[in-house]
Amino acid sequence: MDITSILYPVLSIGGMGVVFGAFLGFAAIKFKVETDPRVPQVRECLPGANCGGCGYAGCDALADAIVKGDAPVNACPVGGAGVAAKVGAVMGIEAGAEERKVAFVKCNGNCEAAKSKYEYFGIKDCEMEANLAGGSKLCAYGCLGDGNCVRACNFGALRIENGIAVVDEEKCVACGACVKACPKNLIDLVPYGSPVRVQCNSNDMPKVSKDNCSNACMGCQLCARNCPEQAVAITNFLAQVDYSKCTGCGTCTEKCPTKAIKHFN
Amino acid sequence: MRLIAILITAVFINNYVMSQFLGICPFLGVSKKVETAAGMGVAVIFVMALASAASWLAYNFILVPLNLDYLYNIAFILIIASLVQFVEMFIKKSSPSLYQALGVFLPLITTNCAVLGVAVSNMQAGYNFIEAVINGVGGAVGFALAIILFAGIRERLERNQILPAVQGFPLALISAGLMSIAFLGFSGISLL
Repeated sequence: MDITSILYPVLSIGGMGVVFGAFLGFAAIKFKVETDPRVPQVRECLPGANCGGCGYAGCDALADAIVKGDAPVNACPVGGAGVAAKVGAVMGIEAGAEERKVAFVKCNGNCEAAKSKYEYFGIKDCEMEANLAGGSKLCAYGCLGDGNCVRACNFGALRIENGIAVVDEEKCVACGACVKACPKNLIDLVPYGSPVRVQCNSNDMPKVSKDNCSNACMGCQLCARNCPEQAVAITNFLAQVDYSKCTGCGTCTEKCPTKAIKHFN
Repeated sequence: MRLIAILITAVFINNYVMSQFLGICPFLGVSKKVETAAGMGVAVIFVMALASAASWLAYNFILVPLNLDYLYNIAFILIIASLVQFVEMFIKKSSPSLYQALGVFLPLITTNCAVLGVAVSNMQAGYNFIEAVINGVGGAVGFALAIILFAGIRERLERNQILPAVQGFPLALISAGLMSIAFLGFSGISLL
């Protein structure tokens, strides 16, 4: 056996390895991209759920945007004030206090209250049901209860209860994934602990909305007229609460004939 | 004519995923969304064209003259891994937007066996340089076609109610098998 038959392979393959290694090492220096050392620090502070609630592709993208100055330090809706303070410390900026928000489903058209147009036997998907004559409920604005928001939620904060979606406010982090998922645009982000909310989204005429659902807001003005703070206004036959003015006295909820405006918390 | 025949053979008849079962790992791993599947497909086209060129050069100008062609596996792995590393660094520096689109997929491709497979099949078929590159691009286009079609199927499956027993990967594997049977239809065509 000739010694060269061992030597050549070892030398050539080993040589290739050394050459490629040296080449890559050289390339790593030559093509080095300067990254801001604050990016990984900011990234450390963020929750890391990659929920996309901030509007960026994920926590890495948000960290990048914060360091570049494209996004404010409190841009993460999930982390709230705690994370904003930590990110602010890294960036050397004072974080403004941000009030906590939660998702709220503006519909109480449950199986007893809402009348149906037809019986839906298709795939359990709100978007698909909404494409079939606007869904199986007579009310064109109501929750279809097929759970697109439940599937969109990364935090298990939503559930379907008696045919409508309900938010668990303790688990909700206001990332906004459900807001985007709802084909009826029924979900809003409201201040956490706000006492009075309108659990209806119907802009139908009073007679129509009353026929469609016994829990609907008919726009009767009783709440708006009786509110001592003028915090409730009616637009398009639907009551709307100004959360900054509402004191939670409960006058409107007592006067409401259908209990569409309700006391929470 | 021969080049077109090689291209069509690589894309449809000898599809790397569907009839040779190479590159199954990224095929199942990155096929949840059409968007990411398309990104992966484009990255594979890019890397496979470069890898088949580089491995052809290394095989014919280093290994064959030294009578070391039996070491092709080790040499190809070395070449492909360092090539992908280098391409990643180069793109990161020269074109950040391209890096945004392809960057996350590039490290995944380092260990993609379809890339090694194309280098080996080029060598075994005795292709010349241009034929080898065409075969590499064709194989990668076939991979991209398969992964994008598969991602489309999986996106639709997500919306359905599925038996709990086959949810997730079992169903993905069943649909991949059915797709493979469909691609079997191409095997009746013989162009080369």
